[in-house]
Amino acid sequence: MKYALLIYGKESDWANASPDEMTAIFAEHGRLSDALGERNLAGEELDLTTTATTVRTTNGQSIVTDGPFAETVEHLGGFYLIEAADLDEALGFARMLSGTVEVRPVVNHCGTP
Amino acid sequence: MRHALNSARAIEAAYRADWARLLSLLARRFDDLDLAEDALADAFASAARAWDAGGVPERPSAWLMRAAIRKAIDRLRRSATANNARRLLVIDAEDGCMDTVDPDTLPDERLALIFTCCHPALAREAQVALTLRLVVGLATPEIARLFLVAEPSMAARLTRAKRKIAAARIPFREPEPAERAERRDGVLAVIYLLFTEGYAGSGATLIRTALAEEAIRLGGLLHMLMPGDGEVAALLALMMLQHARRFARVDEDGALILLKDQDRDLWQDDEIAAARALIATPAPEGSYRLQALIAAAHCTAEGSDWPTIAALYARLDALTGSPVVRLNRAVAVAEAVHPAAGLALLEGLDDRLGDHARLALVRGELFARTGRTGDAIAALRQAATQAANMVERRHIEARIAALRD
Repeated sequence: MKYALLIYGKESDWANASPDEMTAIFAEHGRLSDALGERNLAGEELDLTTTATTVRTTNGQSIVTDGPFAETVEHLGGFYLIEAADLDEALGFARMLSGTVEVRPVVNHCGTP
Repeated sequence: MRHALNSARAIEAAYRADWARLLSLLARRFDDLDLAEDALADAFASAARAWDAGGVPERPSAWLMRAAIRKAIDRLRRSATANNARRLLVIDAEDGCMDTVDPDTLPDERLALIFTCCHPALAREAQVALTLRLVVGLATPEIARLFLVAEPSMAARLTRAKRKIAAARIPFREPEPAERAERRDGVLAVIYLLFTEGYAGSGATLIRTALAEEAIRLGGLLHMLMPGDGEVAALLALMMLQHARRFARVDEDGALILLKDQDRDLWQDDEIAAARALIATPAPEGSYRLQALIAAAHCTAEGSDWPTIAALYARLDALTGSPVVRLNRAVAVAEAVHPAAGLALLEGLDDRLGDHARLALVRGELFARTGRTGDAIAALRQAATQAANMVERRHIEARIAALRD
């Protein structure tokens, strides 16, 4: 059985966190990662919602807008972690699904694009 | 002193002529819009010093391009991250041929720049601000002033937009053929928004001419880069036709003058003729083409050609389904046929237009023309409370006073 763990939080809490608080949070993730071992299939830090783009597709017609998905009626139903050269390619994949897809860049911790 | 005067003029001219072209070439070379912008701004700053002292170079754009490349490399060296080191390796390999860099021999990248600034993943207000900053080359304080917002908020808006381009990796390129028409419509919407903002911004001045003129300049640039696109030509024509009436639109006190009361001698005939030429060739009937044809039908020597205008609005109404178009169509039908026919077309618009001063204004005028003075005054009173600016409100109040007499 596979499960997705989806992490919610206030971006301002993270932005205002002290170095000690950040260290504590990183330590939590370290302990979880150790506990999971090979059962950690994928996990990433997402960039801020200000970098999000939302694609709404109905009957093959897509509307692209700046910003995260902010409806409360619809809820998260799944996710893909994909590799794409740039946002246009990522949006192209997102358009292949009907409904609403939020596209968020993953934070690059390695320093290479 | 003579050097200084010449160089100031040359820098101003280079800014106008070369900013967007050089910026897009730098963005292509370094694959980094932010770096390109900073480096080009640095290059213009050092041009001010160097040209004052040593005179204007023979080819200012080539001088600026080379200076900007050096500034960009300096910036990359100063912020020595692993990523930059890798990029510098590539750049250093090209460095040998630096002195022969010639912007005139490189392909024009301005369309990529325009499409990137107007990418649909950016909010409209961000697209507009970025286009003014990166394509037109206006400084942040100027953009803030034109949009009547505080300078720090405009700076923050630009920073956020550029951060999104970098973080989400919005590509620096023209859209694929499949997306081109849709993306072009996005660019046209940004340019037309700039233009209408220039004319109808809230606040005491009715015409912020500078914005309208920048929009026309951008429209001209886009038309030059996409000469075969009928909608691009039509948007340019539409803006030129409206702008040709700028001296006739307001009286000495700044009050709005309706089209029918405008002094046609104040219209710029050469601009109207140039705009007509842009839409003279047959093209697919897009929304800008229909709007331009309507504007042209307002500018005939005999006055507004209402039957033609009403027919064009019917097509535009069918194409867009927009309530604002329906409102304008009602005005045209009232003129071409009868005020009562116009009133009939306003049915059902209240829910769709909501707090729109113009709906109440048009209804008031049409009631007045069918002799229903009481209904007319009530509608105009509502319009006065909804008016967007002082000039408009005074105009409506004068009309109410005239009806009472």
